Amino acid sequence: MSVSYKVGQELPKLVKPPVTRTQLVMYSGASGDFNPIHTVDEYAKAAGLGGVIAHGMLTMAFLGQMLTDTIGDEGTLETFSVRFREMVRPGDVVTCEGRVVEVEQATDGERIHCDIQATTAPDTVVVSGSATFLLSQ
Amino acid sequence: MSDFEAYLGKPSRPVKNEVEKGAIRKFAQAIGDNNPLYNDEDYARNTRFGALVAPPTFSRTFDYGAIEGLSLPPDGLIHGEQSFTYYRPVVAGDVLFCSSQLTRVFQRSGRLGTMVFLVFENSAVDSSDRLVLKETSTVIYRKGR
Repeated sequence: MSVSYKVGQELPKLVKPPVTRTQLVMYSGASGDFNPIHTVDEYAKAAGLGGVIAHGMLTMAFLGQMLTDTIGDEGTLETFSVRFREMVRPGDVVTCEGRVVEVEQATDGERIHCDIQATTAPDTVVVSGSATFLLSQ
Repeated sequence: MSDFEAYLGKPSRPVKNEVEKGAIRKFAQAIGDNNPLYNDEDYARNTRFGALVAPPTFSRTFDYGAIEGLSLPPDGLIHGEQSFTYYRPVVAGDVLFCSSQLTRVFQRSGRLGTMVFLVFENSAVDSSDRLVLKETSTVIYRKGR
């Protein structure tokens, strides 16, 4: 693989389909996180959230997809960290983006450090963080 | 807060987690990721991974065990931060031993009142006792709710 990265380069953007309530039910089942704030409107309203909200980990998984789509089968994700900033709700379209901040020559290849973020329209950063991946040579 | 501090550094007893291919596929479906590494066994077998691969955040679904005596309030917890460090990929068929400990407790006052931050560090080792991954979760608990 001879993809070469430069500082400042944008990673390929991932725009996910709108989050649906069904997806939140599926994610609850797949993750074992059955907190009803993600699936039961009445419960979420009583908790002061105004309605169900997506699992933060679902949005992090979207960012994970953006990273693994970028890296491909040959690259290795080494670190992946985020901060959850704002809530995501059913109907929201999450866009995942990343930018290379450092390219490090390692004995086993090239180690790429990126800043990453997930946004919802119009311009709300819902999750932000960083990731590192290794492209073997 | 002092209640929580009593549990600092006390690891949970490790829990055996078996990584099942059905669970990986269900997870990939839920997040809407069609990557053949997560969904297509024949494809994955012919890669360097040799088996279906778990998506990067899949390990959050493992059972890391309970820290003896520690109970968190059922409501009002906020997931503030999450990070993963991977030492090798997790694949279907892995048998991992997972445990958790509380590594930091601190308090901050802001516009939402006093918040208590609990930092948990989780780890997974394989049956040869090799570290597979570490994760850190920051959980925020709003006082007086």
